[in-house]
Amino acid sequence: MNWQDELTRLDAADAFVARHIGPREAEIAAMLQEVGAVSLDDLIAQTVPETIRSNAALALPPAIDEAAVLRELRGFAAENVVKHSLIGMGYHGTITPPVVLRNVLENPGWYTAYTPYQAEIAQGRLEAILNFQTAICDLTGMAIANASLLDEATAAAEAVAMAHGLHRQNLTTIAVARDVHPQTRAVIATRAWPMGWRIVDVAPGDVAAIAAAGAFALVLNYPGSTGAVRDLRPEIEAVQAAGGFAVVCADLLALTLLTPPGEMGADMVVGSAQRFGVPMGFGGPHAGYFATKDAYKRQMPGRLVGVSVDAAGRPAMRLALQTREQHIRREKATSNLCTAQVLLAVIAGFYAVWHGPEGLKRIARRVNLLARLLGDAAVRAGFRLRHDAFFDTIALDAGDGAEALVRRAAEAGFNVRRIDASGVGIALDETVTREDFAKLLGVLGAEPVAACESIPESLQRQSAFCDASVFTTHHSETAMLRYLKKLEDKDIALNRSMIPLGSCTMKLNASAEMAAITWPEFADIHPFAPDDQTVGFRKLIARLAEFLQAVTGFAGVSLQPNSGAQGEYAGLLAIRAYHEARGEGDRNICLIPSSAHGTNPASAAMAGYKVVVVACDKLGNVELADLRDKIATHGHNIAALMITYPSTHGVFETEIRDICRAVHEVGGQVYMDGANMNAQVGLTSPAAIGADVCHLNLHKTFCIPHGGGGPGVGPIGVAAHLLPHLPNHPLCVAAGPATGFGPVAAAPFGSALILPIPYAYIRMMGPDGITRATKVAILNANYVAARLGPHYPILYRGAQGRVAHECIIDCRGFAATTGVQVEDIAKRLADYGFHAPTMSWPVAGTLMIEPTESEDRAEIDRFCDAMISIAGEIGKIADQSWSQSDNPLKNAPHTAAELMGEWSHAYSRAEAAFALPFVAAAKYWPPVKRVDNVYGDRNLMCSCAPLEAYAEAAE
Amino acid sequence: MPQTYFTKDHEWVRLEADGLVTVGITDHAQEALGDIVFVELPESGRSVAKGEACAVVESVKAASDVYAPLTGTVAEQNAALTDDPALVNKSAEAEGWFFRLRLADPAAVSTLMDLGAYKEYLAGL
Repeated sequence: MNWQDELTRLDAADAFVARHIGPREAEIAAMLQEVGAVSLDDLIAQTVPETIRSNAALALPPAIDEAAVLRELRGFAAENVVKHSLIGMGYHGTITPPVVLRNVLENPGWYTAYTPYQAEIAQGRLEAILNFQTAICDLTGMAIANASLLDEATAAAEAVAMAHGLHRQNLTTIAVARDVHPQTRAVIATRAWPMGWRIVDVAPGDVAAIAAAGAFALVLNYPGSTGAVRDLRPEIEAVQAAGGFAVVCADLLALTLLTPPGEMGADMVVGSAQRFGVPMGFGGPHAGYFATKDAYKRQMPGRLVGVSVDAAGRPAMRLALQTREQHIRREKATSNLCTAQVLLAVIAGFYAVWHGPEGLKRIARRVNLLARLLGDAAVRAGFRLRHDAFFDTIALDAGDGAEALVRRAAEAGFNVRRIDASGVGIALDETVTREDFAKLLGVLGAEPVAACESIPESLQRQSAFCDASVFTTHHSETAMLRYLKKLEDKDIALNRSMIPLGSCTMKLNASAEMAAITWPEFADIHPFAPDDQTVGFRKLIARLAEFLQAVTGFAGVSLQPNSGAQGEYAGLLAIRAYHEARGEGDRNICLIPSSAHGTNPASAAMAGYKVVVVACDKLGNVELADLRDKIATHGHNIAALMITYPSTHGVFETEIRDICRAVHEVGGQVYMDGANMNAQVGLTSPAAIGADVCHLNLHKTFCIPHGGGGPGVGPIGVAAHLLPHLPNHPLCVAAGPATGFGPVAAAPFGSALILPIPYAYIRMMGPDGITRATKVAILNANYVAARLGPHYPILYRGAQGRVAHECIIDCRGFAATTGVQVEDIAKRLADYGFHAPTMSWPVAGTLMIEPTESEDRAEIDRFCDAMISIAGEIGKIADQSWSQSDNPLKNAPHTAAELMGEWSHAYSRAEAAFALPFVAAAKYWPPVKRVDNVYGDRNLMCSCAPLEAYAEAAE
Repeated sequence: MPQTYFTKDHEWVRLEADGLVTVGITDHAQEALGDIVFVELPESGRSVAKGEACAVVESVKAASDVYAPLTGTVAEQNAALTDDPALVNKSAEAEGWFFRLRLADPAAVSTLMDLGAYKEYLAGL
């Protein structure tokens, strides 16, 4: 070997591939033997239909290692310019408390967790979300708040849609105050378009215009987009008198000093929790919040954490009122929302815990004082203040000096907002130092003498907030550190054990992939910063879009959608726009197989389509005959078919091309749900199967961590004919085509801050590594099927007996002879230290297991050993060694307190808690017993104070 | 003895002495739904058409619409269900009634299934 070749070998540029993929070479060989395949390629040939296989290598650059990708990312970072953005518009500088940054945002114990559907192993993050909900309720003055939405603009659009569902007349008008943030108005306009609603813009405070509008919803900003604070009561009363609902988009920090909208009678209060410790990140991810009156809780979108009791009668939390949600109510759901922004809501909640009510008020008063001093200096410098009442943002009238003022600010290191020809806005935030402030005075050219007035007495907040003890207890760093650790330890995340959730792709979120998201060159960029400051960001986004085009086979990609469900909505709107542009806007039917994710019909409803369900056969495949019937019936009214591939049953359907062709023949478009993309990458593609548009879940297939239920990114890829119909953004030309239908998210590039994660993953895997990941994912699933097959029936297999990247085991057969339900098995897994697989979806009474490529054989074996041990326990119930009512499954999970107490069960303590040797070696103790969902939904409690009341009652 | 009729959506419809009908969901339906946590009922005075979704019943795992079995006007709702939705589990076909209807065409009840026909229908599911 010459030295060049030797050095190349030793360079090991693709070393990360074997770090990302769990099984070693030798393990792969042994696992292949177990599943009865001679090689990985042999297994793939038996799994993926020949007709759709793409054999060409993906057009991706070759793999580079961790150090190299970090250098590359630093290169992009160096092309961004970090100025101090005082633009406002819903995005503000903020200080992530270092204790939260290091122990939450940068801690896999928090960021790798899944949505807390399995409440017993998620009490830590459920409590953290409850803190967030409590802070939101208190600050807004509303009765109930959800566990976060995707961003402020989306939350406003959801509130408008909710108002439409609630109002009793036949109104179609939305009144939007002219000082609502422009991106919020634009996202509402997108939502209004397929519904046939229209927007009437009303001047701030114009009660007569509101009364005349006949609107089902009025949308207000508080403070206004350029900073003005006014009493909203007359406007709220005016819309309510006309039968409509008042939606107020409010700034959380301002609410510490201002009369909350709830006390002014608002029906829904929404906004962003970004400035509670979450970096701006070029627009996201941030937690949108949503609060409403108690009377409307069942119409509220999104997830909701509530307090209930466990089987021992002690307080325990879980997700409440799930029947509102898309996975149960499908097209009748309150929203298509699935992934939200849990990690960011958790951080915002901890920001409130860390500072407490007095700390939050101090921050707000300081920001307010700086704004008042700046206002005074501005007047002395000869500018006119446009608003007398404000919180943190002053709007200056600079006459024809506006451009010069903006330029002077830029030279001093600040981005300020050019409101209009003569208007300049300056929004202060907690990161503004005394030195910054001195520079700002220099920009204005005057010194303040006395702070001007800013908040009229009638709008000064009198009510207390955040008075639950959690907000006043953890104010030393030691106390906070231990509180965070206490909560983290209650939960199962990927840093503890495998999370085999089917359809969720809980793969490795590598440390190198995560590194860049807290670099200031990415984190401290305002979404509306001038283009010359965001060159690096936009280059990274463009390259990632190219990579995703290669993976999907499509002509273009939009990275704007903030979740898979938002991607579905965006993709269906692209289809709607395409049909309308061709004069076929009357197509109104969306065909959806019965096996689809609940988000599909919910998104179709939001896109204004009528859902027609297509039947599935016994094997879980789309029933072609039924599809042809439905196509014959609805013909040219068909707008789209939504299909998941491989199917939600974890099978590569061989007829997929025929299915797509049949829809195309009547002029319909095919939307591919990318939830199962992890089984496709490098082997086939949405374009190859015949789809026109798809979304990808970058938080599944491309390594963005799940964060306990968000953030996510749901980009859409489209074929060439749909390129003109991608989303765009009114404040950013580069975000999409001029012919696009508008934005689906507040920020031009959605959750830009976390795009370095998929970028790093794709760069470090390269075309061969990423394809190998797909193959090993399929191997791992088939290995699980092979090991569990003798103990549990495997429900669906492909034509040659193979499952794709996940497998479904049938647990329905146990009930008749043992009384064991699938839920008992799921809860019992917690005693073995595992998160349950996806339960009762897509088929009731089953578990869907997706190991992903990242789990090695030893961990998969531990999981399978646990499942097999549980099958043995079920056997002991069947042979009547244990009764149907007293056995380790029915009583699962078991807490330490219970084992230390009186023991009267037919099985031993060791059988309960240490059923296998590996369990005892690193025991996970479930913090609560099984949570009572019925009690919680019948006695709804969704904020902190009642939790303590419960605890007292239990003592 | 008042006559009770049934629908394929698992509702019961009882013809009362005052000419109104009382509507609820069958014991089979409550059994299938599991522990009921919420019931939303139509307001008195609302006109409903046969087959129109006019009430909602929710357990922790499922939500079902309840349809108007026949065309008419809602005369009364069972306010007790708002405070105690579990009444539907305890007594689906008596205390757990949903609402009373004044039928547009009282004779239309005869188009529904009687108990025998409903039992046969259940057996065939």
